[in-house]
Amino acid sequence: MSILFELFLIFAKIGLFTFGGGYAMLSLIENNCVEKKKWITHDEMMNVTVIAESTPGPIAINCATFVGFKQAGLLGALIATFGMVFPSFVIIYTVSMFLDNFLEITLIANAFKGIKVAVGILVLDAAITMIRKMHRRVLPKVIMLCSFAAMLLINIFAWDFSSIALMLVAAAISLAIFCVKGKPGQEGGAEK
Amino acid sequence: MIYLDLLFGFLRVGCFAFGGAYGAIPLIRDVVLSYGWMTDEALTYMIAISESTPGPIMVNLATYVGSSQGGLLGAIIATLAVVLPSFIIILLVMACLKNALKNKYIQAVLRGLKPCIIGIIFATGVFMTVNHAIADTRAGIIAIVLAAIMFGSKPVLKKKISPILLILLSACMGMVVYGV
Repeated sequence: MSILFELFLIFAKIGLFTFGGGYAMLSLIENNCVEKKKWITHDEMMNVTVIAESTPGPIAINCATFVGFKQAGLLGALIATFGMVFPSFVIIYTVSMFLDNFLEITLIANAFKGIKVAVGILVLDAAITMIRKMHRRVLPKVIMLCSFAAMLLINIFAWDFSSIALMLVAAAISLAIFCVKGKPGQEGGAEK
Repeated sequence: MIYLDLLFGFLRVGCFAFGGAYGAIPLIRDVVLSYGWMTDEALTYMIAISESTPGPIMVNLATYVGSSQGGLLGAIIATLAVVLPSFIIILLVMACLKNALKNKYIQAVLRGLKPCIIGIIFATGVFMTVNHAIADTRAGIIAIVLAAIMFGSKPVLKKKISPILLILLSACMGMVVYGV
């Protein structure tokens, strides 16, 4: 079986059978690509996870691109990424065509009124989990609280200030603080 | 033009969505609400569906918003746009920038970005929850019960309730509470 076809199949399978997004997929990717196919080593898998956390975009896509590129170059990366996206694309596209009709049924509309509340709580829970895992240093905490306050005000008053602008401000402040006081080896060494 | 708006809107999401799907939700809200593509409520439904169907949540949301605004072509454009930045960045990191992420200036930028994103997600979660809970008494009751289940499941059952289970529970509660 050609490697390209195999890449497509494996990642389509992962894309089709993992619910709950990127982090849930990591164990399935590890199981398939490290243990069964031996396409990448366990260390490489850890590496790509770290890279995925420092780069934007869906984590599962980062992994698919990484594995695909390692096995079969640019074409491999394209095929693996395509395989990852394809099943959910078909499913979501199908759902999106019928949702409005479903919502006309009272029972389902009521169900969605309940679901709406759950989504807010899920986002809240994700944030709390991340806050618990944060470094116990002052600066990250201050940045976190300031962006929390700013974003809350932006939401409440519907201000025209995007969250991306907020992120750029935080990045600039952190970089400025590093340039002013962080001597090489000092700040960087403490972080591990 | 809607296709161009979808392309640039979701490229922006793909470029700045650090920290997985939950980091992307505030950005997607920004884009969707600022273009006036749909209401906050419709978007919340889509988030729930993206969470309950297989595949990366961010990709699902892009497909969904794209399809609702521009049909099949819109769905394809939005999906490609959200995936493209991370695809290119990973290739760059692998091909020529192996040590770029270890660069101390890039590290300093990331040290600022990460807590900021957490703050943004936290604010979005608080805003969405409170906003929905105060909409009417019945939503308030659902919010209190769901929060108790979500945050009580770990200490009591030693295991956190899965997002899909919470969504299923909330759907049942919605049917009961709004049905009577």
